[in-house]
Amino acid sequence: MSEQFRTCPDTGLKFHKPAENLMKANAVAAVVFLLVGGIYGLLVGLTRWPAVHLLPADAFYLTLTAHGINVLIFWMIFFEIAVLYFASSVLLGCRLAVPKVAWAGFALMLIGALMNNYIVATGTSSVMMTSYAPMEAHPLFYLSLILFAVGALLGCMVFFATLVVAKQEKTYEGSVSLVTFGAITAAIIAVFTIVSGAIILVPTLLWSLGFIAEIDALAYRLIWWAFGHSSQQINVAAHISIWYAIAAICFGAKPMSEKVSRMAFLMYILFLQLASAHHLLVDPGVSSEFKMFNTSYAMYLAVMASMVHGLTVPGSIESAQRAKGFNSGLFEWLRRAPWGNPTFSGMFISLIGFGFLGGISGVVMGAEQINILMHNTVYVPGHFHATVVIGSTLAFMALTYWLVPILFRRELVFKKVAAWQPYIFGLGMSGVALFLMGAGTLGVPRRHWDITFSLTGGVVHEFPAAANTMLALNGLSVILAVLGGALFCVIIVLSILFGRKLGDEKQEPALIATPPDDAAYEGIGRGSISVPGTFVMAMVFFVAFALYYFINWKYLAETWGIS
Amino acid sequence: MDEEETPPLMQRILDNPFILLFLGVAAPAVLYLIWGIMEIISVPVAN
Repeated sequence: MSEQFRTCPDTGLKFHKPAENLMKANAVAAVVFLLVGGIYGLLVGLTRWPAVHLLPADAFYLTLTAHGINVLIFWMIFFEIAVLYFASSVLLGCRLAVPKVAWAGFALMLIGALMNNYIVATGTSSVMMTSYAPMEAHPLFYLSLILFAVGALLGCMVFFATLVVAKQEKTYEGSVSLVTFGAITAAIIAVFTIVSGAIILVPTLLWSLGFIAEIDALAYRLIWWAFGHSSQQINVAAHISIWYAIAAICFGAKPMSEKVSRMAFLMYILFLQLASAHHLLVDPGVSSEFKMFNTSYAMYLAVMASMVHGLTVPGSIESAQRAKGFNSGLFEWLRRAPWGNPTFSGMFISLIGFGFLGGISGVVMGAEQINILMHNTVYVPGHFHATVVIGSTLAFMALTYWLVPILFRRELVFKKVAAWQPYIFGLGMSGVALFLMGAGTLGVPRRHWDITFSLTGGVVHEFPAAANTMLALNGLSVILAVLGGALFCVIIVLSILFGRKLGDEKQEPALIATPPDDAAYEGIGRGSISVPGTFVMAMVFFVAFALYYFINWKYLAETWGIS
Repeated sequence: MDEEETPPLMQRILDNPFILLFLGVAAPAVLYLIWGIMEIISVPVAN
C-alpha cells in the first residue's frame, strides 16, 4: 500500500498517486479551458469597444456563449475538483476513495466540455450561458452540460467518500482542517447546484427534442439560476478556502478563531445559494418578500460570513507577521510581506478585489430598490468579473504557482514574469470590473452587441458619451487582463512540460513557511488590539461600503424628479 | 471527563459532513426553489 503514496520533500504532505494523477488531469484541463475562454473573452471585449466593434452580431453571441461557459463553468469546476481531491486525500493524508469513479467523472466532464465547445462553435447554440427558454439551442448543448454536471457530481461523491475513508482509517484526529472544511462547503454547494441544473436541464433537453411541448419561462429562470448563480458560490467557498491555505503556506498563519471561521462557512452552507434571486428582481410572479429575503442571503447572514472571512484571513496573516517580529506601526507586516511571490500577491489582490469591488457591488445589486438602476446592464458582468475573476480565478492562479513544484515536481519557468503576472492580471481585471460597472450605471445593457442599436430597425437611444469612454477603457483593460491570463497559461504549461525536474530536491526558499511559536504571539499589536492594521483596513472597507451604498440611493432619488 | 469525551452539539454538527450536506441542500431548496415555485404556480393563468 505504501508504494501508492509519495511524500513531498518540500511540504511533508503525503500524496496518494491515483489522487495525484487525478489532480494533475483536472488542473491541466482547467488551464486549457481557461485559455480557450480567455481568447473568446478578448473577442468579446474588443467587440464591446465601440470604436473597434470587432465581430458581427452572430459571431458576438456565439463568442459570448463560449466565453461564459468555458471560464465560468469548465475552468472553475475542473480546478475545483482538483482542489476537492487535494483538500481530502492530501490534507487528510489518506487514499482517494474509488479512483475509477473519479476517472469516470473526469471523462464525463471532458466529453461534456468538448461537446459543448463543438456545438457552440457550429453556431447552432448561441443562447449564451443562461440559455433562457424559449430561446432554443441544439439538443447537444443541453446534453453536454448534463454530462459535465454528472461528471462533477461523481467528483463530489468521491470527495465525500474520501472523507469517510479518512475518518475510518483514522488518518486525522479531531476535526478536519479549516481548509478541508471550506472544501466541504464548496462541495455541498456544488451538490445543490448540480441537482438544480439537472432539474431544469433534463426537461429542457426533452423540450429541445420535441418530447415536451413547452418550458415555462419564469420557472426556467428561477430554477436555472439555482444552478447558474450557485455555481459561482462554489467558487467563492473554494477561493476562500484557498485564502486560508495560502495564509498558512506563505506565513505559517493560523486562523484567528477556528470557531468563528467555521460558523462563517456554515452560513455559506445554509444561505449563500439564495442569492440566485438577484436575477429575478424585476420578474413579475415572485413576491417582494421572496426577493428581499433571498437576495439579502437570508437577512445578510451570508454577507456577514464573507466579511468574517475578509477580516480573519488578513488578520491571521498580520498576527503571524507580527509574531515573526514585523510588529512596528500599522502596516509593517504588510510592507514586509513577500510581494514578489505570486502565490501571496495573487491571493492578496484576490482578497482586496473580491471584497471592495465584488462584495460591495454585490450587496448593492441585491437591494431591490437600487438594483433597478443597473439590472441587466453591463454592471452585472462588471460585478462578477470582480468576484469570479479577481476573486476566484486569481486565487486559483495563486495556488497553482505553489502547486506546480509540489504536485508536478517541476521548477517554475520565467519566475520574474510570474512575479509580475498577478499584478498585470489583477490590474486589467479591476479595470474590466470598474469600467463595466461604470458603463452599466449609465444604462448600457448587457448581452447586447451594439449600443447604438443599429440593427434594430429604428430603435434610437443615445447613451452619455462617457459610456463610450467606459467601454473603450474596458477594451484596453481586457487586453491587459488577457495578457496577464496568457502569461499564466504559458508559464504553467511550459513549467509542466519543460521546467527543471525537482525529484527529491528540497526547494530554497522553503515552499511552506514555519509557523511562529505560540509564545511569539504574546503582546503583538498595539494596546488591546492585536491586529490594528487589519482593523484599519476593515474600517476603510465599511466607509467605502456605506458611501457607495448611499451614492446609489442618491442616483435612485434622481431617476424620477418630483414636480 | 464526560465533557472531554463528548464534543459539544455544534461541533458534532460541524464535524459531520453528511448533516451539513443535508442542511446545505434542504435550506436553499425550501427557501429558494420551493418557495419560488409555489409563488409561480399561484399566479393566475391568463384567459
